[in-house]
Amino acid sequence: MAGRATAAANAPPMIQVIGLHKSFGDHKVLTGINLEVPAGSTLVILGGSGSGKTVLMKHMIGLLKPDEGQVIVDGEDIVPFGPEALERVRRKFGMVFQAAALFDSMNVFENVSFPLREHRKELSEDEMRALVREKLAIVGLKNVEEKYPADLSGGMRKRVGLARAIVLDPKIVLYDEPTTGLDPITTDYVDEMILDAKRELGVTSVVISHDIASAFKVADNIAFLSQGLIVDQGHPSKLRHSEHPAVKVFLSTWFGKN
Amino acid sequence: MSTQTESPLQPPRPGPIYTAIEGIGTGVYKFVEEIGGLMTLLIDVLRWAVRPPFRVHNLFAQLDFVGVGSIFIVGLTGVFSGMVFAHQSWRAFDMFNAESLVGPTVSLTITRELAPVFAALMVTMRAGSAMCTELGTMRVTEQVDALETMAVNPVQYLLVPRVLAGLIMVPMLVMIFDILGMSGGYFVAVVVKGLSAGTFVARTQQWLDAEDIAEGLIKGAVFGLYVALVACYKGYHASGGAKGVGKATTEAMVASALGIFILDYFVGVILH
Repeated sequence: MAGRATAAANAPPMIQVIGLHKSFGDHKVLTGINLEVPAGSTLVILGGSGSGKTVLMKHMIGLLKPDEGQVIVDGEDIVPFGPEALERVRRKFGMVFQAAALFDSMNVFENVSFPLREHRKELSEDEMRALVREKLAIVGLKNVEEKYPADLSGGMRKRVGLARAIVLDPKIVLYDEPTTGLDPITTDYVDEMILDAKRELGVTSVVISHDIASAFKVADNIAFLSQGLIVDQGHPSKLRHSEHPAVKVFLSTWFGKN
Repeated sequence: MSTQTESPLQPPRPGPIYTAIEGIGTGVYKFVEEIGGLMTLLIDVLRWAVRPPFRVHNLFAQLDFVGVGSIFIVGLTGVFSGMVFAHQSWRAFDMFNAESLVGPTVSLTITRELAPVFAALMVTMRAGSAMCTELGTMRVTEQVDALETMAVNPVQYLLVPRVLAGLIMVPMLVMIFDILGMSGGYFVAVVVKGLSAGTFVARTQQWLDAEDIAEGLIKGAVFGLYVALVACYKGYHASGGAKGVGKATTEAMVASALGIFILDYFVGVILH
């Protein structure tokens, strides 16, 4: 674990968030976020419901524009980018949504091959089939290509969602609450899947979660988000002994008061 | 509740006039906001429609759904509208022996007014509601966000084919309505009531001009664009789960139906 973190700490940052502010009307959601995700590492953004985790993640992929601040992805500040430039940046990303967000009018094969059809038009149908099968194998699924999302369990949908997110071999994978609503065994499986994606594909990962056990399992670094600010961040072992009251209260629900 | 003794620090309660004015103001504000939203979306759709990649497959799927799928109900509405109109106008013209005018009356009303209005209403009910619910569901289940994260523009992928399908297919349906509506009128006037076929056709040819048919087609295009745009706008901006999608669809249906009648007047005035 320590070795992993040291290697990650020396890598150049893949994502950097500097002085990020965002309000919706009078409601201030993010009030000066500073974050760094070293290439090839996994950052878990931990925080309670409504702490602005999803809003922060949506800024990283350019789905939201900040009121103030910079978001630097792979060396480029994406905040001033228009739709065309953002599309180019987004090809570096894969995103796994909380409820998988699979297209329910398409079967699993069509879902996973969707990014290929959009961005790798040179591939033949057979090559696409092979790639889809390979990615489905990474997430531990086979013989599901013809099934529709409605026929799959929650955990399977999430895995198909990950297969779709990694099919273009992205540099960065974003996970929006990957373990919410799953049973403990499936949660464990999803955690393994996140670790596998990192080991086998070398991707930089950002996970937003309120699942403490899963966060401590997959993270190289944890950032704790509370009331629009990162109140503490660092290696899981550092955060475990954080002195910040909000972090202490949050972690005590899992680790106990001491 | 002992609210009789109000604290002097509390602001005075708004009177009925104040509430009424506030209500009207909010209504006007929302109306202007929605028109602005529709226009912005229209500009967005037009901008993305002329940019590659052209999603021909999606466009044809929507042309099929909006147009081909509506032929039956639009055709049936057309036949019966023509029949009802011929039946009623026969009763009126019969009073002063002017039955020969049934043909022109039916055909002028159908081509200018009934065909575009009814065809658009049918498309609203059948295709507009489905479009709005589908887009709304995609929005609230983050499928629209997913498209965007996969570097696919949702306006281009989802909205352009639907709006173009409305614009192209409603005029086509108007043509079908015209033909079947006049056939329905012919059936009632000639076959049921016994008017001579020659009189019906000759009188219709005498009164009906190409401009009348063109007026219906132009109206059809305007209504088709409008109802598809409203369905897309409401669905695309839906929020708040299943309830939100239901609310968006209701609003889309009401705005489409009302808009068709309002636009009908203004397009008619502009064309003359």
